[in-house]
Parts: sequence; structure tokens; C-alpha cells
Amino acid sequence: MNYIDSNLKVVGTRPIRPDGVDKVTGRAIYAADTRASGMLWGKILRSPHAHARIVSIDTSKAEKLAGVRAVVTSADFPNIASEEAFVGEGPMNFRDLSANIMARGKALYEGHAVAAVAATTQAIAEDALALIDVKYEVLPHVIDVDEAMADNAPVLHDDMFTSGVTPKPAKASNIAKVVTFKKGDVEAGFKTAEVIVEGTYTTKPVHQAYIEPHACLATYGSDGQITIHSSSQGHFMVRAYTAKLLGMDIANIRCTPAEIGGGFGGKTLVYLEPVAVALSRKTGKSVKMQMTREEVFRGSGPTSGASMDVKIGAKKDGTIVAVNQILKFQAGAFAGSPIGPGCMCGLALYDIEHINVVGYDVVSNRPKVAAYRAPGAPITSFAIESALDELADKLGMDPLTLREKNAARNGSKTHYGVTHSNIGFEQVLAAVKTHPHWKTPVKTGQARGLACGFWFNIGGESSANVHINEDGSVSAATGSPDVGGSRASMGMMVAEVLGISVDKVRTTVADTASIGFTFLTGGSRVTFATGMAVTQAAEKVVDELKKRAAMIWEIQADAVEWRDGKAFPAGSNAGAFEPLDLAAIALKAGRTGGPINAEVSVNAQGAGAGFGAHICDVSVDKETGAVTIERYTAIQDVGKAIHPSYVEGQIQGGAVQGIGWALNEEYIYNDKGQMENPGFLDYRCPVASDIPMIEAVLVEVPNPRHPFGARGVGEVPIVPPMAAIGNAIRRATGVSMPHLPMSPPTILAALSAAGK
Amino acid sequence: MAKSYVSTTINGESAEYLCEPQQTLLDVLRDVVGLTGSKEGCASGDCGACSVLLDGTLVCSCLVLGVEAEGKSILTVEGVAQGDKLHPVQQKFLEHAALQCGFCTPGLIVASKALLDSNPNPTETEIRYWLAGNLCRCTGYDKIVRAVQDAGAVMRGETV
Amino acid sequence: MPGLTYTAPTSVDAAVKLLAGSSGLAKVLSGGTDLLVQMRSGRMKPELIVDTKKIPGIMDIREENGGLIVGAATPGAVVEANAAMNKAWPGVVEALDLIGSTQVQGRCSLAGNLCNASPAADSVPALYAAAATAVIVGSKGRREIPVEQVPTGPGRTSLAKDEFILEFKFPPRPAHSGDAYLRFIPRTEMDIAVVGCGISVTLDDKGVCTAARCSLGAVAPTVLLVQAMADALVGHTLDDATLAKLDAAAQAACKPINDKRGTIEYRTKVAGVLARRAAKIAFDRASGKTVKAH
Repeated sequence: MNYIDSNLKVVGTRPIRPDGVDKVTGRAIYAADTRASGMLWGKILRSPHAHARIVSIDTSKAEKLAGVRAVVTSADFPNIASEEAFVGEGPMNFRDLSANIMARGKALYEGHAVAAVAATTQAIAEDALALIDVKYEVLPHVIDVDEAMADNAPVLHDDMFTSGVTPKPAKASNIAKVVTFKKGDVEAGFKTAEVIVEGTYTTKPVHQAYIEPHACLATYGSDGQITIHSSSQGHFMVRAYTAKLLGMDIANIRCTPAEIGGGFGGKTLVYLEPVAVALSRKTGKSVKMQMTREEVFRGSGPTSGASMDVKIGAKKDGTIVAVNQILKFQAGAFAGSPIGPGCMCGLALYDIEHINVVGYDVVSNRPKVAAYRAPGAPITSFAIESALDELADKLGMDPLTLREKNAARNGSKTHYGVTHSNIGFEQVLAAVKTHPHWKTPVKTGQARGLACGFWFNIGGESSANVHINEDGSVSAATGSPDVGGSRASMGMMVAEVLGISVDKVRTTVADTASIGFTFLTGGSRVTFATGMAVTQAAEKVVDELKKRAAMIWEIQADAVEWRDGKAFPAGSNAGAFEPLDLAAIALKAGRTGGPINAEVSVNAQGAGAGFGAHICDVSVDKETGAVTIERYTAIQDVGKAIHPSYVEGQIQGGAVQGIGWALNEEYIYNDKGQMENPGFLDYRCPVASDIPMIEAVLVEVPNPRHPFGARGVGEVPIVPPMAAIGNAIRRATGVSMPHLPMSPPTILAALSAAGK
Repeated sequence: MAKSYVSTTINGESAEYLCEPQQTLLDVLRDVVGLTGSKEGCASGDCGACSVLLDGTLVCSCLVLGVEAEGKSILTVEGVAQGDKLHPVQQKFLEHAALQCGFCTPGLIVASKALLDSNPNPTETEIRYWLAGNLCRCTGYDKIVRAVQDAGAVMRGETV
Repeated sequence: MPGLTYTAPTSVDAAVKLLAGSSGLAKVLSGGTDLLVQMRSGRMKPELIVDTKKIPGIMDIREENGGLIVGAATPGAVVEANAAMNKAWPGVVEALDLIGSTQVQGRCSLAGNLCNASPAADSVPALYAAAATAVIVGSKGRREIPVEQVPTGPGRTSLAKDEFILEFKFPPRPAHSGDAYLRFIPRTEMDIAVVGCGISVTLDDKGVCTAARCSLGAVAPTVLLVQAMADALVGHTLDDATLAKLDAAAQAACKPINDKRGTIEYRTKVAGVLARRAAKIAFDRASGKTVKAH
């Protein structure tokens, strides 16, 4: 059923989330809060070298330390063959993931795990790490993406031959693959161009910087049954990866999702869980592991940094006729940067006749990248949206008008083959035009930037169930970890379908043994796909409730109507009966066929792409290079906001992560390839005083493929900020800002180079 | 190594524990006393997730030794509500959706309460600077600031 | 950290005896905001911690002979709440206030900030500019030295193993005096100074500077007391020429490094900028204006 044009009573309101009280009182249980009887503490030894051959590992001294129960190395894990995995977000190879969680033969980045210890206390485990004697042969390393692509660069994997080029290269290199997207004839297109802009842009890897470090508690029973409590964006993902990396049956592993303290894509793969299970198997005890903040930075995945070239050709009237884009993405130590989305997302916003995009997936001696909010899109859009702003200037055109003129519409065919349908980019741009922020003249001493962003959003496999309890209250469960309030939106959709108030529905996240397979929380898919599953489950329950009412009344099921949480006779012909509410029907469930519940699994399609536009006013201290964000507005097509507060929160949070990416966040390496800022002191995420209020404007162009019209909202908002801020700084200073982060030294150096 | 005996008050009730001299108050609260509401996000005083009040002063419990709490009074997030009655800061965090993942929330609740105890009507700027030591990666701070403003109004008796 | 012992003596004598009697590394604990981080990371492995906060007077502020005395372990928040300190030394108060978060303010102390001996310590340039002295106690008794004689290099001080700072003395403030401290950080809070500048001046009735002390942080291995900056101010009003000379003197004094927080070029240039801005605030305050620096 579709409720888009219905008179909604619950969806679109702002109730308190079901897990809220637990989270404001300290009662919510995150992975690091778990305990098990007789548990041990696991710690990981990490490589101090950016690139080194592991000559030998002597664990004997560590094993003799009192309190140490086991040490594991890669020898304790099966040596698995190369195989593409499809259980996480983004490309992943099981062999690479195995080598990432425990180095095999070579350490490929500083922080790469080389061994792990289980001991009776954390302190003993830490002491034991120092007693593990690893002999390294230090190799030359490479950090930067352009340097990694150079002919004479140290090669990380001697079996990496660039795919996507013909003929297949004879020599191994750090370029894992080349991807190309073509539309039209770009050379012919440029011949018709009257104005051309070109630029080279670079971005740095940035970390998701969730406040909760990775943690887990694993128990390997002597019967081979395994339980894992961990913080992840997908406990089914944890189960699948752990099973594969340890050569176990999925059915023997039960994963329970702890509350998750932020992920943003960074918890869509495993680091600790297989290691904890291996230690537990070796010791017969539960093993708890938690990373320190330093380990999170050194050992877990940021998103790619990149080097990009852009060339845009346009007619004098602003029609963009041709775009050439080259993207080189850092994948970290193993192949698998988000180069695909990087090639697609930047130009998906515009209807352009001739496009040629070439992308390179490049390995170097840094942690393997993990997904980060709209993986690839913020990087590519920084280049495209910055170049567009320069084009607008060159054309003497307002930057909004330029975008309006070229905006993708329903029916626009993208350069990657998809034809847009049911998109709301035009509506977003119209909302920019009429927004007070856009219409208000820029204040003296400030400048304004505009940039837009796109993300596909995804659907996929989800499971949900709805139970009518004995007293008529409702329990709903899904397989989607709740990273930002999804229990609330799931409960709201159930309540809407059942016609009851939301506080009668208790929503939980079920473990892997208690609900059907559910793909991880990522790609902005939960409200869409899991929302679809839970809505359908609630509908099935309504059908059942009608059937039960019919049995109680001894009439036909189709003579029963369900509204406002009650069964009514469908009309006077059906008979005269007092309405039956959930409690009344539940009371008689035993006599009408037993428990009332439904579980639905879907493979949801038609997620509905998301578009956003951000307006940013800045001031720049030209003597210090300091940038102040004076005003910020983020406008986005959200389809239908199920719980508007949490939709706004996604947009505000995404925008602020983007502000951090734009201004200060970066990995700083020394000449040995070691990270110099592995903490929140010098990895500079925005703090409260850095940021103004972020106005989130919800444009609602319903997605017809979702029962309530929802489309994903969590990823789009991190796409526009870097260019919006860069464009504002450029307008404030008259100097282009093609390099991230636009930190004070970078800005001052750019001003100085421009003679300002 | 010898453990120290510490006698203190936690959330209004007298408490005793044994701890090692290098254990931080955060370690003690979480691992010895069993109050896991205070979170470890960095263990270096940069994220504020472990914020507690020590004799009424807002501190990072990761930057206090467990032994230093001798004779002092500690308030953790678990002690902010009065029984089942939420503190206005907690209530307003819920109403304003000022949390997403909730991991930074315990520290922010304690820090916001401390602010409003000492400055009942803070400006937006004062709130933002007071809370600058509490990192939140989910919300962009907007709804947090609004929740604190609104909680202040409740505590001043201006709204409910 | 095997064998770590924590003690909290209640007298100077007891504390000194403990420090003197320690065979390994002994550390004085005041606020702990640096020490605990260093211990956690494994960079510091003391055998003995002497918590000085129970020593009478070490957490207090009092007036004596027209000057002010601040106990070495007095937390930042307590100094900031002190009216006399705010009136006489707003620059020092602001500098201390810039250390870390509200949470850190509840613990951090002038003595800790000075003895951690980081060139980027926020309160230290302000202390230098203020001509504060440190009262040091140890086995050989009590001595009083200018604060700039305490740090000798990054992480190193002139204090003997059995010595610690008991209190700081701030001299009486002549009429028409003002001080200021400014630092540059990439964010608005929570960062370590990329450059810091403290300036204290006394003016005559016509606004001409009669005495000045100027300091720079994070541009050399230790905080610098820069006589050339003071020379640029003394004998002048704060006109454009004076500001230009001050800026040049500040830049000339810099011997910075490239590191994760800033480049040589950046630090040098911004040192001049901050010197000019801090001087304006200090002169305004000396002229009786109430100025908020941050």
C-alpha cells in the first residue's frame, strides 16, 4: 500500500525515540560496556613501519608473561584466496580483509595489526605486546597518491596488475584499476565550447571520527558456537566476515548488535571481531577488545584522499557542453577506494551532452579506506562544484542560475547509464532561490558560496517483524543497527499502519539469530528498505487482525475495516458490532488461531536519488587565514521526512562533518610514513564553538517506490560543504582554493602566493 | 602492586573502592564500580565523553586519578535524573532530538547541567564555548545548543 | 607502570621528603591534565606521584604587599573567578582560560602549564609578560625566581628533583597598566597554540609606553621573552609606526619549526600579527578601557 497522499497521523511528527531515555541516563549498552564471566582482554600489536617485510615473529616471551593466555598472528587465520565480497559497503576482497586485520608477510601501513594477545587484564595485555619480538625488514614506502602512481614508486603488492586497461600490464604497480565513463563525444563537445575552465584539485583522507572506538566481546564455546557483541553498522556483516575469515559456518555465529557510537561508514567492515574469536578459541574464554583512539586513527579506515583534474566547456549562455574529469583516489593499503561513485556522483547532477571521466584506484602505505558517508561523492563534487563556480564567474553568471540551467531532471540520462526518475533537484534549486539566506544581501566583510551534491541512495535486503503482544501492545524488530534514531522512524511507520499511537510500539534491533538477513546500515538505506519491510510486516498484521475480528464476529474477513487502531464492520451489511481494538483482539488470539505476528523480508528497489544544495557565508581573517562560518543553510530533497527532527539532524551533522573536512581535518605524516596526529587534539574535528546554527530545509518530493515516499537522507549533506565553503572563501579573497583542507596556513600561503 | 582504598560519594551515596594508583577515575567508574554511563572516546581529555562533576566541578574523569576522589563527591550521568524524573537537560535532549548515536550524550548531559547550574541563562556563544570540550560527530551541535537553551528556560521557570 | 605509588602529602616538608626520597622518576601532580595523558600514552612512567593539592595554600589566591599570590595548583576556573586577578592581570586570566576545555579548566594549573615546559603553553607567555616569579620549595629551602628561568627546554625545567613550585607572585600593578595574551589556533577551542603572544605595558598620562614586557609562544624551543618587542613599544604611543616595529621585532625573534601545527613561514608571520593585536588590547586596558580579547 502507498500512504503518500494519506492523511498521516504519526509519520511526519516528532515523537521521543524509544531508546532515548536509556541514552540520556547512561543506561544504553555500547560494545565497550559489555562484560562476560571470566573474560580476558585482547590487545593488538601494530606495525611501527609504513612498509616492512615481516621476517619473523617470536611470541615466546609474551606467552610466558604471567596472565597472558594466548597470542595469535596471521598463522592462526586461514590463508584465504582472492574473492570479491558483497557483504559490506563498497568493494572488498576477502583475502585483503584477512590481511588487513592481521598482516600476512608484509606490514603495509603504520598501525597494521601484526599480532594479538589475550590476557587477564588490559595492563598485562599491553605489557605483553612489548614482549612480542617482530623482526622487520623496512621497505621504502609511499603515501601520496600521485607519488604512488609514479613509475619508480615502491610497489605494495607484487601481484597487482592494473585492471581495466588493455593490454594487461606486464609490470606490477600500485594502480589497482582504471575505470572509464563516457557519454557523447567529449572532444567534439569542447570544440563547440565558448568558455572553458580547468583546474587541479586535491583532497586529503579524512576519518569518520565516530566518538566510540571499535569494540567487541566474543565467546567461542567448546561446542563451536560463537557469540559476538560488537559495535558495527551491520551485525549480519560481522557474522559473514567473521565466518569467512575464520573458515566457520555462519550458522555457528550469533552476533548481537550493541548500541553503536557512530559509524558514518567506518563500521561497515571488521577489524577486531575475527581476532577476538581467534583469541577466544585459543583460550576457551570470552575475549573483549577495544581500540584506543590512537588505534582508531592508525588502524581503521579513513576515506580516500584524491588528486583530480577537471575541464569544463560551456556556451556563453551557460549551457555546459563538455566535461573531462580525471580522478586518482587513494585506496590505502588494499584496492577498493570509492572510485566508482567518485566517477559517477560529481556529474550526476547535471544534464551534459559530452562527458569523459577516468578514475584510478591507487594503493599506498596508509590504512585501508573504509566507507565514509556518500563514499567518493564529496571528493568529486569538491572538484566539480568548485570548477562550476569559476565557470559562473567567467560567464558573468550567478552560480545558482548556472546550476538551474544545467540541472538534471527526470529523464536526464547520466554518463553512467542510469536515467534519472522521480528526482527533486529542480525543486531543491527553487528552494535555494526563494530562501531568505539566498535572498539576503551578503554582509560587509563576508562572502557567500553555493554548492550542490548528489547521492544515489540504496535499497537492498532487509527483514522486519511486528508482533501483537498478549495485551495488545506492539513489538517491532528489524535487523538494522540504529545509528541515528531509526528505531523511532520504524516504530512510527508501524504505528501509522496500525492506526495507533507511537508509544504503543516498542522497536528493537534483533540479533542475527532472531531475524532474517538484513544488509548493513549504510547507503542511506534503512528508512527506505527496512522501512519498507516493517511497513509490509505491519500491513500483514493488519490483515491478520481483520481476519481475527471477522472470526470473533463470525463474518467474512473482507467485511472488516481497520482504522484508528480498531476493527470495524465494513458497513451496515457486515452487521452491528462494537469496534475491536488491539487488546480485545489479542485477548482472543488463542481462540482465533494463535499469536498474531508477521515477518517480512524484502529486497527493496527504487531507493530514489537525493540532491542537496548548501549556502554558506564566511569571513576570512586575511592576516591569519582563519575562516569563520557565519551562516549556513542546507537544503535537501528528503522524499518524505518520517521523523523530521532526525532528518534535520542528519543534514546538520553531515554538513558539519563537511565543514571539518573543508577546513581542518587531515592526516599528517612524517617522513617515515607515520601519522603524527592520531588523536582528537590534532585531528581537528569541528567543536561546538566552531559552528553556527545549521538551518536544514526539508524539500519533500515523494519517492513513489517507498510506502511513505521516503528517500535516503544521511549521505547527501556531506557532499556540498567543501565546495560551498571553498567558493565562499574564493569570493572573499579573490584566490582559488583547490586544495583541502583550507586550513589557516594553506589559505595564508595561497593569499601570499597571489600577492594578497 | 598495592591497591589503594578510596572512600567517596558517588551520585549521592557513599561508595568505597579499591584501585590501582595509575587507574583513572574513568577506569574506576567503568571497570571497578560498574557505572558504564561515562564513556571513553579518547582517554586524553579531548572528547568529553567521560565528563563528570567532582565536588561540583566539571572534569574529564579520564584526567583524574581514581585515588584523587578520596573524600570527594562524584556525579556521573547515572546520577543526573532524580529517580525516574529526568533532569530538564535530559528531557530537552530527548524532545529536541539532540542525540543520534548517543555516545557523547552522557558527557554532554553532565556538562550542560554544570553550565546551567553556574549560568542559568547562557547565550548561544557561551553554550558553544562551554561545550567545546564535548565532541559530537553526529548532530552538528545545532539541536544540542537548542536543547540546552530550552532546558535553561525550564530551569528558570519560563517554560515547561 | 609497575610499582607506581601515589601520595598526597599535607605539608611542604612531607612533599619535599617524598620527592627527595624517591629512587625513580617522581612527578608532581597538580591538575594532571598533561601528566595523566603522558602516563596513559606510555611517554611518562613515574614511580612516584606526589599530589600537592592537599598542601595548605596551594589552591588559593591572596593579596600581599600590593601584589597577588596564586597557589601553584589553583585550577584555571578558580583563577578566572577571582576579581582581583581579573582586574590586575586580565591577560594572564585569559591565557589560563584558553588552556583546554571547560573540563580541563576545572583542573589545569599555572604550575603544571609552566613545568610541563611546552613552548606552546598558553599561560606561560602571559606569566612572562607579567614578570611573575615562582616560589620554589625543596630540600634546600625556599627560593624565588623569575618564571622565565623555570623552563629550560621542551619538557625540561631548572627545578631540582626534590623541588616544586608552591606559588606564583604577581608584582603590584602601577597605574595605567594593562596586559593581554592572544594565541592563534586553527579551531576556536581545544587546540594547542600555533603561535602565542603576551604583552604587558605601563603607560604615562599621555599614553606613551613607559614599560613593557613581551613574550612569544610556540616559535622557539621555549617561550621567549623578547626585549626587542618591548624596546619597540617603550617611549612610544601605539601608532602605526610603533606597530610596524613591534611586528618586525616579533617576526625577527621567531625561531620556529615546521610541524603538524604550523609552518615556519606561517608562525613567523602570525607572530607579528598577534603582537600588534595583543599590544592594542594591552594599551586599551592600560588606558582604562574594558576589552574582551576572545
